[in-house]
Amino acid sequence: MLGSIPPFLIFFIGALLIPFVRGLPRLALLLAIPLLGGANVWAIQEGFQVQYDLLGYTLTPVRADRLSLLFGYLFHLAALIAITYSLHLKREDSDTLQHVSGLIYAGSALGAVFAGDFITLFVFWELLAISSVFLIWTRRTPEALRAGMRYLIVHVVSGVTLLAGAMVWVHQTGDPTFGFIGLEGLAGWLIFLALGVKAAFPLVHSWLIDAYPEGTATGTVFLSAFTTKVAVYALARGYPGTEVLIYIGAFMACFPIFYAVIENDLRRTLGYSMINQIGFMVCGVGVGTALAVNGAVAHAFNDVLFKGLLFMSMGAVLHMTGRTKASDLGGLYKSMPITTTLCIIGAASISAFPLFNGFVSKSMVMSALLDEGHMWIWPVMLFASAGVVEHAGIKIPFFAFFAHDSGIRTKEPPRNMLVAMGIGAFLCILIGVRPGLLYGLLPFPVDYHPYDATHVLTQLQLLFFAIGAVVVFQLWKIYPAEIPSVNVDADWVYRRAAPRVIRAVGGAVTAVDTAFREAFVGALRRILRGAFRAHGPKGILARTWPAGSMILWVSVMLTAFLFLQFL
Amino acid sequence: MSAHGEAHKPNSVPPDWSRRILRTFFAACILLVVVDFVYHRHVYHSWENIPAFYALFGFLGLAFLIQASKGLRRLVMRPEDYYDDPPLPGVMDGEGDGHVG
Repeated sequence: MLGSIPPFLIFFIGALLIPFVRGLPRLALLLAIPLLGGANVWAIQEGFQVQYDLLGYTLTPVRADRLSLLFGYLFHLAALIAITYSLHLKREDSDTLQHVSGLIYAGSALGAVFAGDFITLFVFWELLAISSVFLIWTRRTPEALRAGMRYLIVHVVSGVTLLAGAMVWVHQTGDPTFGFIGLEGLAGWLIFLALGVKAAFPLVHSWLIDAYPEGTATGTVFLSAFTTKVAVYALARGYPGTEVLIYIGAFMACFPIFYAVIENDLRRTLGYSMINQIGFMVCGVGVGTALAVNGAVAHAFNDVLFKGLLFMSMGAVLHMTGRTKASDLGGLYKSMPITTTLCIIGAASISAFPLFNGFVSKSMVMSALLDEGHMWIWPVMLFASAGVVEHAGIKIPFFAFFAHDSGIRTKEPPRNMLVAMGIGAFLCILIGVRPGLLYGLLPFPVDYHPYDATHVLTQLQLLFFAIGAVVVFQLWKIYPAEIPSVNVDADWVYRRAAPRVIRAVGGAVTAVDTAFREAFVGALRRILRGAFRAHGPKGILARTWPAGSMILWVSVMLTAFLFLQFL
Repeated sequence: MSAHGEAHKPNSVPPDWSRRILRTFFAACILLVVVDFVYHRHVYHSWENIPAFYALFGFLGLAFLIQASKGLRRLVMRPEDYYDDPPLPGVMDGEGDGHVG
């Protein structure tokens, strides 16, 4: 039985059952879903697939190979962590909604990575968007409602683009199987663009930094795990070795780190950090060698763990204090020592300190760049690696838990949150110490050893001196202060410029329209006035002749006639 | 909301602690550079031949990053209510407030 159930089905059935149970049974059911699903996906063999014919096409709703299985394991881990993290939600209806949408969202992500054809992929692609938006809307703030709406529109557009690309592809090749695509022809570009939106390519990235910080404390943990990783998976399957991805990835790794330095909202800082990390994965996919693609998907695996851990620690801060802005926080290590420790583990992992998981996967991408002779991209990525230390390694833990004492005194978050963060932190260290566990699951055979003396030494030098620069800037008091503010980004185009343009164009159209109407009405009025002059009450043609005067004139005429008779 | 200026908030970490932490940290930095001259590391990229290349790159890279970000801030920073201006009449208006109220 286990090993033959489509992975998404377990989550979807679970989501249907959740509203009907309360209390302890719901708790048990919530935890049973990822555990049962995990056992099922672990039992699924390579080559397992489900197929059926529809309208003359062979669809493959489930296809298991090493690449999809790796993401299958990852998403079950992520779901287990995120569900554990949200177990304390058990009262309001919106909590039920969060559980249900979280499960459908995780199930859709599984459906997407196991989808063997474009039609199935499209269905789960759209389900991802529709289910996840409720994790933002249940925050129930006006900002969340609007950000959620923008998020939904962007993702539905991505889905429609994917569908258009898939239709062209199927029309040209006659085969809906989702395999290598490449940038040949219209279909390749359309699908590339659809994946690019979900992977937060530059200029189409702002949905991520706009929406993720507006999600609920628990919802953002779900969000950070699935959408972008599904996109990375799809890129790794459809576009390995596509050169332009190297440059896109390098740009993605670099530009967000500048924003991250000056961003005040710590969850938004993590959003920028996320784009930076996806940059490494996209770059790896672009290089396309076995080592590079292995590095890209291994980094996706690790990113879900450490980024999830960081989002959880900031979610814990949000849950306990109601704030996530650096300018409002500080000194929380006194009242949240466990959360602080777990956050620092996440920070060390994302910064790629040796013995933490970021180190064992990011180095694969860096080595692949050197192996393939990308001598100018390598320093760019090295700069991006150093930049991570600033925002995710130091800024997040420092401004939340240390820095200036904000005077906030609180408690550790609920136990389930601590357990979820604990699982994440444990896995970050486990993979960092025993990279073989992850390497054994990667799509290509791995012959890579991250722990040689040169590599450890150079990485430590890079990280320590990067931290040193931040320390020196802080000591000299020339480090940019935390200021309550927003920084305009690409979303300015549709949040500020487009409304203004629409308003300006609308105003101009209204003005022209009004002028036309006035001219027309004026002309009409002049005609009417002319007619009125002739036919109006005092008009010469419309004068009413009193009956008396007519009788007078008739009698005058008759008198005249009579008079003439007598002549 | 943030009437409290930077200067009025005390540091959350006691000064003798931070001194101790910083001293250990700078000692580690010095040690790492010393090791670079003693241990012969592998070189894959021509830039790596520069002595203590990674330390220099990390420090200068971050100094550049922070300075450049200050410049970026001058360009992109807006007040917190920047996006809160009256939305499009009718369309966005009802949606944003209606659900919440």
